[in-house]
Parts: sequence; structure tokens; C-alpha cells
Amino acid sequence: MASTQQLAAVKGAKVLMVGAGGIGCELLKTLALSGFQDIHIIDLDTIEVSNLNRQFLFRKSHVGLSKAKVARDAVLEFRPHISITPYHANVKDPKFNVDFFKEFNVVLNGLDNLDARRHVNRLCLAADVPLIESGTTGFLGQVTVHVKGKTECYECQPKPAPKTYPVCTITSTPSKFVHCIVWAKELLFAKLFGDKNQDNDLNVRSADGASSSSSEDAVDVFERRNDEDIEQYGRRIYDHVFGYNIEKALSNEETWKNRTRPKPIYSKDILPDIRENGNSDKVVSDDPSSVSAMSSLGFKNPQDVWSLADNSKIFIEALKLFFLKREKEIGGLSFDKDDQLAVEFVTAAANIRASSFGIPVHSLFEAKGIAGNIIHAVATTNAIIAGLIVIEAIKVLQNDVAKYRMTYCLEHPSRKTLLMPVEPFEPNQSCYVCSNTPLTLEVNTSVTKLRDFVDKIVRAKLGMNLPLIMHGASLLYEFGDDLDEDMVANYEANLEKVLSELPSGITGGTTITVEDLQQELSCNINIKQREDFDEKEPDGMVLIGWTQAPPTEKENNGSAENGESNLTITEEVEVVAEEVVLDKKSSSVDDAAGVDPAAKKRKLSELSNLPISSSANEEKVILDDDDGDDVVVIHGGDIDTGKKKKLF
Amino acid sequence: MRLEMEDGDELTEQETALYDRQIRVWGADAQRRLSKAHVLVAGMKGTIAEFCKNVVLAGIGSLTLVDDREVTEESLNANFLIAPDEGGFVGRSVAEVCCDSLKHFNPMVRVSVEKGEISTFDENFYSKFDFIVVTGVSLKEKRLINEKCRKLSKRVAFYSVECRDSCGEIFADLQNHTYAKKKLDETIDCQILYPSYEEAIAVPWRTLPKRTAKLYFAMRVIEKFEELDERGPGGISLSDLPEVLKLRNQLCQMQSVNESLVPDSLLERLIAGSLEFPPVCAILGGILGQEVIKAISGKGEPLKNFFLFDAMDGKGIIENISNHDADS
Repeated sequence: MASTQQLAAVKGAKVLMVGAGGIGCELLKTLALSGFQDIHIIDLDTIEVSNLNRQFLFRKSHVGLSKAKVARDAVLEFRPHISITPYHANVKDPKFNVDFFKEFNVVLNGLDNLDARRHVNRLCLAADVPLIESGTTGFLGQVTVHVKGKTECYECQPKPAPKTYPVCTITSTPSKFVHCIVWAKELLFAKLFGDKNQDNDLNVRSADGASSSSSEDAVDVFERRNDEDIEQYGRRIYDHVFGYNIEKALSNEETWKNRTRPKPIYSKDILPDIRENGNSDKVVSDDPSSVSAMSSLGFKNPQDVWSLADNSKIFIEALKLFFLKREKEIGGLSFDKDDQLAVEFVTAAANIRASSFGIPVHSLFEAKGIAGNIIHAVATTNAIIAGLIVIEAIKVLQNDVAKYRMTYCLEHPSRKTLLMPVEPFEPNQSCYVCSNTPLTLEVNTSVTKLRDFVDKIVRAKLGMNLPLIMHGASLLYEFGDDLDEDMVANYEANLEKVLSELPSGITGGTTITVEDLQQELSCNINIKQREDFDEKEPDGMVLIGWTQAPPTEKENNGSAENGESNLTITEEVEVVAEEVVLDKKSSSVDDAAGVDPAAKKRKLSELSNLPISSSANEEKVILDDDDGDDVVVIHGGDIDTGKKKKLF
Repeated sequence: MRLEMEDGDELTEQETALYDRQIRVWGADAQRRLSKAHVLVAGMKGTIAEFCKNVVLAGIGSLTLVDDREVTEESLNANFLIAPDEGGFVGRSVAEVCCDSLKHFNPMVRVSVEKGEISTFDENFYSKFDFIVVTGVSLKEKRLINEKCRKLSKRVAFYSVECRDSCGEIFADLQNHTYAKKKLDETIDCQILYPSYEEAIAVPWRTLPKRTAKLYFAMRVIEKFEELDERGPGGISLSDLPEVLKLRNQLCQMQSVNESLVPDSLLERLIAGSLEFPPVCAILGGILGQEVIKAISGKGEPLKNFFLFDAMDGKGIIENISNHDADS
């Protein structure tokens, strides 16, 4: 394979790596060993202890330092004469514009979130630079090649829909442990320790349909009264959320007709002795990060599953410790998986709620994984994928189009194959990203505000960062740093208007253009007026032509009681390799693998003329996953996502 | 392959923090077993370097390296454990230099060097280990080492790995291995019996399935050539091609199979490429690492018994080369 041609292509190549984590470390090492001499690497992260089991270029002494920089230093140790340029920055930063990307012969992604991947995809298309994508989760992995005009872009194939939970499931009718985690993390923790000005759905609807307390009352209940004894306070909160709120919920007979009734739990029954717990007064260290309810109470093993009584002790102790040792932070805390006390509190709270609803409880270790969206990861899969990436990169540098492959690293061999190469597909003609196909938006233009359109469609669905919205020659909205005050005020005003009342009114039959200049992505959206939307379409808008994978589960979990709105809590699930290997509708593989050959799309080498149409599968489906193992991210953003699948 | 576990062996806080992400893959129990496993490797080339990195990061009990060769320019190929250092290597072997690097990857793993030729070590020495992994050894040595493993009353698993240019092969012999397999909601115990290397390569070619990877046969031809010609592994070069093709013809005839089973072009590639290709080292080292970890944990079906990879077609295939009556 190492012909002189190849060596020349490799030596002269300028490569951009995005991500210096699990895949990144392995990739940088293999690129250097393979003769690459000019490598640039972008990563915004710093090194954490939990990285060290696989990101082998880092040492314990590097914790806190920039991944990109340390990776570079480590590789220069064994290949001192190559050039590695690190950027400790976010790839979405405007300085990484199309001109920046144009400098490279190939871009290699080692990212862990969909958002950044989409962004890089668009920039690579705009710059016309080949992109090699990859991902791993546990023992699964994949490498895919994307060349503009020749293969699918990263967004041609539908990515799984963000998983959403109706608010009522979280606040009133949880049926799975993950619902309890979401409740504990996004509602209770946020209410007690987070920003008090944030809306919070913690209150349960009573039988008469009205909220059980006005917003003023709600603040009262959760707020610690002046000089209130901390133990008393803890128990009061405990009793309110696990006792009183449950009783209130029970009063609504309808809800429980076909469901198991939860049991109210009161602290006096579970922990009859006050002051039964810990050494919180004796905690010697004032270092906030070492404060722990587990330590204080003598619980050692995070893998243990605690009893209801123990969970209750942890709950109260954790709450106490927040107030005694970290009072200053209260009011501004958000959940962080590396915050031991927060994890303890959320675990305990989720477990007590789970006990109440007859849902199996979990260990801190498991709860942390769910609440913190932890991706399980090992070095070996990353190493294999890195090797496969470099092999593809070399083909790309030589323009060896016929040889490009998407390669899947399977957990269990399929027809004796563990590494399965598949030919890439040609671009999806309906892909709004690479094929410029217009989309259609069904919306009630006299009800929906521009703000909702921007947040829910342009940012969330279309993945644009710095959007610009135009109707004909009229600029309705733009986002950026260098806008003058008048314009900003104008845009703010526009955001509050309903679409039909905008300066150049948007009504049925009009076409608007949304753009992101950094991503060089421009999208035309045809507006279709529609009066009514049902509960499955809580946004009140339906975007058609935007390819979205059908959800893996069909079950619809309890639509809203009392007509309340469904969604404020959403989650992004990133499936790495499974989606394509298992999703037989949209992929076809070598005969050797014996998978269903009825592919809708053409491989590069095939001659058939089947047109490709995307499914208009637009409903925001409420998924109810049976296995309870899925990892949850709340409010998307840059949080790691991953679909956890137990091997054993 | 069951390692003795003492009750109450908890993971330390340090281990739990470091190994968090992988414990979520294979469980705390498997992690504990890993910490009790002892691995011996011989031949510190690129693929083995990758393997060593993987098992050290995973947290095995100990890793012992065998490779007395002097460090040369060639040693640096595909091996990220050796930093170029003019004059710094005098008096130090490849194993010693690699050992120093590996120690840093995980302070909780004991990494050490054993001097000498692995095939000369006695049974007592072999029985200190649970896994023996070799590369770059001749056919004769492979057989010998494998047999020594099999003679011991303790079950010692044997693996060999070869990377020639952009192709690679892994062989596994776990003798008699019990493991837990998850089927739907329950876990069932399974057992696999493995043939020795000698037994495996003695399986007549014509009895193997038609679509068996050609790379398997090509590797056997080259291996045989090196043995007959008394070349050290890697001593072969392009000028040997005509003789190798002749040998291929002979072997195919003896095995009553068509010569097309072992294409000229494949043999040519394997002979011409004496150096390991780094991306393939990463792939082979990764698969091998995974297999050893799986075998230690006793969970999940280990590969039986050959893994073959060719970057040219990109396929990674498992071939079961054994006599059918020997199968469990």
C-alpha cells in the first residue's frame, strides 16, 4: 500500500483534525506514524481524569490543560520533525470559516456531538473539502467518507430524532428510571439550587385542573425560611415532593385509571430518628469539591444499590451539605456530572421517586451515567477506528473514488465479519444541506411568533448558529456581533411579532430564505398556512422535507391529560454506529453480510435510476423506550450524548 | 479462562475514577479480573506496541516484555513507544525502551522486561502468565511456544499476530474456554474448544469453506517459505517472489486446490511490504486487545480462531480453521 505515489500524497497533505479526545489521540498518533507532516487540531476541552483510560497521550499531571496542546506535545516526542498546530477553541468559532477550511486537503472528525458534526459538515461542503466522519461507543464504531457531489454529505442520512418526554410524564406519571432522573435533575435540583427566576414545572396539577399553587406559593414552599433548621428544611422538602405532591397527584382519579398508583412517602416513616445521620458538622475540609454525603454517612461503594432509607439519608444529608458548605453557590448551580454532591443528591431524589412509583432503583454509578450522559468508552475501539480513518484519508488524498468505503466495526461478527466495509451512497437529492432542496413549513402564521420559528426550527432543527432570515429583499432577523443598536432593536421587535404581522408579512404561499453565512448554508422554506395542530405537534409547526429518522420505538407514551402542553424537556440522543448498521431501510451492505438488499439509495457504482425521496416523517413523536438504558441529555447544547447499550 | 478471584476484592477509589468509562462497558467485575491478569509479549513491533498500550490502559495486573534486539531506525517504524534519541539507546533493548514508555500510560500496571528468547523459557516461567502474545516468530517457534502453553496444567492462552504491509493476521488458542453469553434476558454459560496452531494449520485446505479469506492461505505459503528457506521472519524480499510462487503451486497441488486460491498479487504485496503499516497495526492491536480483555473477563464470545484484515478490501474477517470433529 505504501507506494511512492501514496507516500508523496501523504507527505504533502495538510490535514485538519476536529477533536483531540478518544478518537483524536489515537488518530493523531497513527497519522504521525503514517508519515503525515502537517496536522492541525481543534479541541475546546481540557483534560479530565476519566479521559485517562483511553486518551493515552495525556497523564494525570495534565488534568486541566488543553487537550489539543498536550496531544501535540506528546506526539512530537516520537515524531519531532512534523508540524502539529493545536487550537484550544470551539470549532464553531467564526474564525474557522470557509477560508480556513479551504486550506486543508481533508478534514477528520473525532467529535462527540451531533451539533458540531453538522456544523463541520456544512463548512466542508462550502469549502469543497472531503470530510471523514467517525464515532465510537463501547465496542461499536464506524468511519464514513463524505465528498461533495460524489457521496452523501453527513446530513443526507437521517439522524435519529431527539428523544422527548412530555412534561406530564416527568412531573406526574413517570414509568421509567430515566423519568425520575430528569425530574430530580431538571426540576428538583434546579428548583432548590438553581436560578430562582427560571420557570419550573415542579408543581403538580390538582384535580380541578388548576396548578396546585400559584407561582408565589411555589417559591414559598421550596425556599428555606429564615433560621429554619437545616434538618427540618430538608425533611420539609422531602415531605412536600415525595409526600404532599404525590397525594395531590393521586387526587386526580383519571390519571391513575390504567396506571399503578404511586405511594406517598414521608420522612417520619422512613427516617424516624432526627439527626440519625452523618458527620456533616465534623467535616474537616472546607474544599467544596470534597464535600460528599456518601463520605459523611460512610457509604463507600458507588456501585451499591441503596435502600429507600439509605437514599433518604443521602437526600437529606446532601441537601444539608449544600446549605452548610456551599451556600454561596445556591441560586446559581446547574447540574454537573463531576459534582459529586450534586450527583448524590440527584441519585437519591430519583431513587426515592422511583420507589414511590414502583420503578426499580439504581446505583449512584448508574444514575450518574444517565444524568450525566456519560458515553461509555474504551481505547481499543478508538484505535481500530483511527486506523480505518487513516486508511480512508489516504484514499481520499489520492482521489481513489472507487475505493472509498464506509466501515463499520461491529460488536459481534455478522457472517464472520467484524469490520464491514460498504460503498458510500451518492448524495441524497432531497438533502436540504448539500442538494439545496427547499423545505416546507406548515404553520399558523397568525399565531406563531418569529422567535419560535428561530428557536425551534432554524436553530434546533436546521442546526444554524448565526442565522439570517430574509423574505425577498427584506431582512427580518439576523444574529451576530457587529450589528448596530437600531438593527438589534428592530430584530428584537420582530421576534415578538407573529409571522403574518412582520414588516413583510409571512403568510401561506410565501417563500422565505434562512441562511448561516458561516456555514454557507442557505435554505428556502415554503410557507404553508395551517390552522390546527394536535398534541403530537406541540411546536405548532411542522417542517417537511427535513429528513428525520423514524423513531426506533413506536409506542406513544400517554399523551397529555387536561390538554397541557407536552414538551419543554427535550433530549438529544446520538447514536453512533448502530443507527446505520441496524437501520436496514436506508443502508445496504455487501452480500457477505446478508442484510436486506432492498436499498432505497444508490451506491456509487450502481447503475439503477431509482429516484430518492425522503420520508416526510415529521411528527415530534413521544418516545417511550422499553429498555430503560438510554442515556439522557437535557436541553441539547454541547453536552456529550450517547446511546448506551449494555454489552453484557 | 477463569482467573481466581478473592472475595471482597473491591476496586479502589482511584481505579473507579480512572476506569469509569470502561467499567460502563464491561462492568466492575471484569475490571477486577483484569487487575489480576498477567500478560507476556514477545516482539516489540508496531502491532504489539498497540496491543500493549491497549491492555495497559485497560488495567491488567502485569505486562512483561521480551525483545532483546537493539534499537535501530527500523524499530521506530510504526512504534510510538520509542522516541528518536541519538545515542540514547546504547546498551538498551527495544523492550527496555518500550517498557519505560508503557509505564507512564497507567501507573497501576506493573510493566517489566524479561531478557532472553521466549522459546527457551521453561514451563515454570510460562506458568506465571495467563496470556502469551507473540509476533515475528518463525513457524517452528510458534509451534513450540504454543505447545508449551498447552502442556501446562494451568491454562495459558496463546496468541500470535503478524502484520505484513497492509495485511494482518491474528491467531488465538484459548484451549478450553468458558464464557458467559447474554441471550435476551438471561445469561448462559458456553464453552469453546480451540485447536493448537499446529492442528489448525494442518487442516486440509480443500475442507475449508469456499469463501475462506485468501489471506489465510497466502500467509501459510509465506510462513512455509520462510521455514524451508530458514529465513528469519521478515527476511523475505521481492527477489524471492518466483520461488514463493513455485512453493505456492506445490502446496496447492498437495492440498488439491486451485492456485487461484492464493493470488500472485497478494503474495507479491505481502513479500514486498516488509514493514508494518501503522493504521493496520492500530486495527490489529485493537482487535487483539479487545480479545484478550474479553477472554479475561469471561464475558462475550471470543474469536475463534483466526482474524484476517486486508486494507485493500477493508474487510476484517474471522475464520474458524479447525477440524469439525474437534469442535465442541
